[in-house]
Amino acid sequence: MLPTDLTVQENRAHGRAERVVNDFSIQVATVNGSGSQTANMVLLRSILLMGVPVSGKNMFPSNIAGLPTWYTIRASTRGYIGRKKEVDFLVAMNPETAKEDVLTLDPGAAVVYDEPLKLNALRTDLVFYPVPFDKLVGPVCPDAKLRRLVRNMIYDGVLAKLLGIDMALMEKALSRQFGKKGKAVALNQGALKAGWDYAEAKLAKQDPFAIEPMNETAGKILIEGNAAAAIGCMMAGVTVVAWYPITPSSSLCESLIGYMKKYRVDKATGKATFAIVQAEDEIASLGMVIGASWAGARAMTATSGPGISLMSEFSGLAYYAETPAVIFDVQRVGPSTGLPTRTAQGDLLTIAFLSHGDTKHIMIMPSSVEECYTMAQEAFDLAEQFQTPVFVMLDLDLGMNNWMSSAFTYPTTPINRGKRLNAETLKTLGEWGRYKDVDGDGIPYRSVPGDGMPAYFTRGSGHNAKAQYSERPNDYVENVDRLARKFETARAFVPKPAIDLRAGADIGLLGFGTSHWAITESRDQLREETDVSTSYYRLRAYPFTDDLATFIDAHDRIYVIEQNRDAQLLQLMRLDLSPDRQKKLRSVLHYDGLPLDARTVTDSVLAQEGFEVAKKDTERVSRSGMTGGE
Amino acid sequence: MAGKTNRIGLEAVSYRGSKTTLCAGCGHNAISERIVDAFFEMGIEPSRVVKLSGIGCSSKSPAYFLGSAHGFNAVHGRMPSVGTGALLANGTLIAIGISGDGDTGAIGIGQFVHLMRRNLPIIYIIEDNGCYGLTKGQFSPTADLGSRLKTGVVNDLPPIDTCALAIELGATFVARSFSGDKKQLLAILKAALAHRGTVMLDVISPCVTFNDHEGSTKSYAYVKDHDDPLEEVSFVPFFEDISVDYAPGTTQEVTMHDGSKLYLKKLEDGYDPTDKIAALKRLHETQRRGEFATGIVYIEPDRDDFLEQLNTVDEPLAFLPLERVRPGREALEEIMESLR
Repeated sequence: MLPTDLTVQENRAHGRAERVVNDFSIQVATVNGSGSQTANMVLLRSILLMGVPVSGKNMFPSNIAGLPTWYTIRASTRGYIGRKKEVDFLVAMNPETAKEDVLTLDPGAAVVYDEPLKLNALRTDLVFYPVPFDKLVGPVCPDAKLRRLVRNMIYDGVLAKLLGIDMALMEKALSRQFGKKGKAVALNQGALKAGWDYAEAKLAKQDPFAIEPMNETAGKILIEGNAAAAIGCMMAGVTVVAWYPITPSSSLCESLIGYMKKYRVDKATGKATFAIVQAEDEIASLGMVIGASWAGARAMTATSGPGISLMSEFSGLAYYAETPAVIFDVQRVGPSTGLPTRTAQGDLLTIAFLSHGDTKHIMIMPSSVEECYTMAQEAFDLAEQFQTPVFVMLDLDLGMNNWMSSAFTYPTTPINRGKRLNAETLKTLGEWGRYKDVDGDGIPYRSVPGDGMPAYFTRGSGHNAKAQYSERPNDYVENVDRLARKFETARAFVPKPAIDLRAGADIGLLGFGTSHWAITESRDQLREETDVSTSYYRLRAYPFTDDLATFIDAHDRIYVIEQNRDAQLLQLMRLDLSPDRQKKLRSVLHYDGLPLDARTVTDSVLAQEGFEVAKKDTERVSRSGMTGGE
Repeated sequence: MAGKTNRIGLEAVSYRGSKTTLCAGCGHNAISERIVDAFFEMGIEPSRVVKLSGIGCSSKSPAYFLGSAHGFNAVHGRMPSVGTGALLANGTLIAIGISGDGDTGAIGIGQFVHLMRRNLPIIYIIEDNGCYGLTKGQFSPTADLGSRLKTGVVNDLPPIDTCALAIELGATFVARSFSGDKKQLLAILKAALAHRGTVMLDVISPCVTFNDHEGSTKSYAYVKDHDDPLEEVSFVPFFEDISVDYAPGTTQEVTMHDGSKLYLKKLEDGYDPTDKIAALKRLHETQRRGEFATGIVYIEPDRDDFLEQLNTVDEPLAFLPLERVRPGREALEEIMESLR
């Protein structure tokens, strides 16, 4: 132990005497492109393997290499996997941001840092652990070119010792990460051990944070929402994928390519049961999806806000010509290029009415990686059932971060291909009209090229029930009224909300997507800290289902919680609600690009409820290191 | 009285579509008629065909041929992507796309470029009149330098030569014809149906309403005077056995993907449509003289098309049963285990 650190220890004015077990956050500050992702994943998985509920969030720049990146791992005994604002344990590896990283910590936090940075001089109310990374990496990594990458594994070893993470589990996590690459495993194991040995020999434990074995993660997996959605698409039997790279959605299609190559190639012939095309842009991506769906395939694309804007015209075509399409929108911060690597829920209003004229679209909204998997499958069923685009609304937080989840279950229900013409239906229908509402639900029967059924001419121009070109006023009105009827029918088939009613609660919280994790934690805070009881309505789809009005009626005030500036969900709800119900709606908004956290929700609700809320700003929006990249 | 039937027992009437709503005398109608003739004579089952188009006068025309085939009149300039999707879903379909010079050269140039690159098996026809008809005659990107609108406005931008562009980009069958040349257009269309890969066929098709006046380089009169045929095109489908009376030495024979024979009777020495550089040179030379080189400008019969490159199963992806597209329980379990 170094003398300076002794001083720090003695001066800990706000030092926490009690041990903090399995309930704190670790932030690793590194430089983008330095290979820290592997070390962070190993740390994350080792905590999971300890049986402790855990989550990992990557805050990264829109840059290939050189700009600062922060990775935050949260352990939570109660299983909270949303973001926690406060950092308890910092690993400061980035010289550029280290000073500010340390200055923004709460008193009592611990810091592992690169020794030459001399961060211990900055504050006296923190615990400092200097580690000479460059000196340690040399002996374990003779190849100088690899040292930059291996160096990060040393902090995992240091943390294992300081926090009490089982080295055997950390090594298990390490081999998970590298798979069969034996040389890489050996090299990184050496670095892990060097970190552990150094900490054992030189660092005396002074902070209260510890990881102890629990039994809360048996069978759990760690996965990003994009990969989960990709597995869902594969299980849904997707056959045609067209996409254009865009952050944060690219990894959805890239994961899908990986899985499909492994599981969807005919063993006997070596031929694929799918076609995946990287198109020239998002317009062409959706065009290909529409062409493929029109010809009977299950087809999808994935994109983010700028791509959604480009898909506007084709979305209207698919709505009006009634072709299925599955579109994943992994939302990022807009408008325009916005913050490409930050999260938001800002595409709701755009998508609800995407394209000109009277257009309405179905949206489904997963909150968890498990729902990314299940809703991906539901999306294809809905798109074919309703012969219309279905948008699956992820966000960057869900899509690109690693989430702990129960293992996904194998689908047991048959897929729904919708109302397709065949010899039998044709006989029953008698005279077939492509856009004829035979069943009164607004959904017509369709044929596809090559199925042997009668053909029709598909067009985005005005048409009658027989798909003939028509400019007759009555034909137009009948057709768009039927489309409205079809949208009404969808209310009964889209994913139902998850509702938790609390007897006696005056307040209802309402949110969707990743806000869920902050909301559930906030509800506990509200109840435990201020004795405010809340009901909760987790929206899972648009159009809204009938129980929305019922939920509003059962409460005095409804807090609509969302991650955008303009209260887009609340505005959308207003269109459907009576004035009396509209009056009950209040807004909790969060739109700084970082995932929503429980404290923000709690503070906003309490402030609006008339409680006094202490103002505390630990946000890092003004950090100098966060500017300058493209 | 029953008419003549083709090799699959269908009469020509089976290949007709609904009544045209284009102007009387529009070159596009003549092209529709040749398409009807070509599909009839080649004996293609209409239910195997998909017709695709963008927006504009040209893009309306798929309604006027092969009425019993599926058709998709999509959005402006984006037909290539819709066609690509349809063929990805079902590679056994025969796709014909009808575009215009604005739909291709202006709003759709991006998708056109990538369609040509991919060598998707589709017959892509530009019904080229050098103007926007539906919006009353504005210049399109293929309007010739110096050509004049009815209103007297002169075009001072150089035209895009869609044939040269298509060759440059990788299309494997590039031809130009004239809507008024029944014989040549029919022969090219039949050869196009035997080709596996992208066929890019630019058909000069005068707009009788907005661009058929003196001073227009896409008028009937101008094209008749300045047509420079590269060769006489004769096509023999593999199911026919007829002798061709061209004298050896003046005729180039090209064997198509399906075994059909394409005979190109050279009108002058030295032109070889399988030579990419010669083809581009010829297009530039004729353009400099204010002429249109017509005929099959370039052909490469053997290159793999986009669907072959994707190496998909032989059956249409659209019709694969669930058990072939949903991996088994063990696959999901294996994935889950890798994530623990």
